[in-house]
Amino acid sequence: MAELGARMADGTPQAAALGFRLVSAASGVGSMAVPYRADLVGDPDTGVLAGGVITTLLDHVCGMAATSAMLEKGGATSLATLDLRIDYMRSAAPGREVIALARCYKLTRSIAFVRASAFEDSEDNPVATAQAAFAFTRPPAAT
Amino acid sequence: MSEARAERLAAMLARVPYMTFLGLTAELAGDEMTAILPFQPHLVGNVMLPALHGGVIGAFLEMTALLQLAVREPLRRQPRTIDVTIEYLRPGRAQTTYARADVRKIGKRIANVHVEAWQEARATPVAALRGHFMLSSPEEG
Repeated sequence: MAELGARMADGTPQAAALGFRLVSAASGVGSMAVPYRADLVGDPDTGVLAGGVITTLLDHVCGMAATSAMLEKGGATSLATLDLRIDYMRSAAPGREVIALARCYKLTRSIAFVRASAFEDSEDNPVATAQAAFAFTRPPAAT
Repeated sequence: MSEARAERLAAMLARVPYMTFLGLTAELAGDEMTAILPFQPHLVGNVMLPALHGGVIGAFLEMTALLQLAVREPLRRQPRTIDVTIEYLRPGRAQTTYARADVRKIGKRIANVHVEAWQEARATPVAALRGHFMLSSPEEG
């Protein structure tokens, strides 16, 4: 799991470009953080990070949670995102790092269902929440 | 009219740092805008394929919606995203991606926007987005 986490933080060009930091990795769970950076701001009037940065962070940790859940099952690791729904509850605090935490709450032979949230301090006070579904390109049972 | 639209589009592209980070550009034909995301190595999410990061595609669709709202009419402030649903249809290959947004409903405070992105052919989209955007808060009227 540590290897998966490291690969997903440094081995992905877009994650490296955004400066993603691995927070934790476990079976079916993934957490990463994105630092606050002036070049990632979405509205200069407010100094808030762009929604797209949060979108990418949430997509990334959801994929990490799905991949680790599938790896534990001993299945194929190639997966495709089917859909991603994000609710933006409030603006991220300017100057603060944003953390995202994803959990794969259901894994079938071909689909992983994942929920995630993004926050500065606590999951109870989210900036955004997400729900995603992933399809494994090869079902685990077929390998 | 079209000059004012082009000015609003250029102003939005220039003022948002994250759009510069993505390398986003756009073209305007009358009131029809096409957002363009040229391929860059730092946008890759899967180095094996290689494919654009799913988050980048989602972000590109969301930025296209915001640009379309800015082009449509002068806004007092930048709209805020309320929610988005992104459907991934095909892998985003290591090549230029295009997107067009359709403002389906615009009220006093909330807009509903659909966006579709494609690469080689518009008939085979790589992803689509449906989202709601807050134009102004209640206290602002």
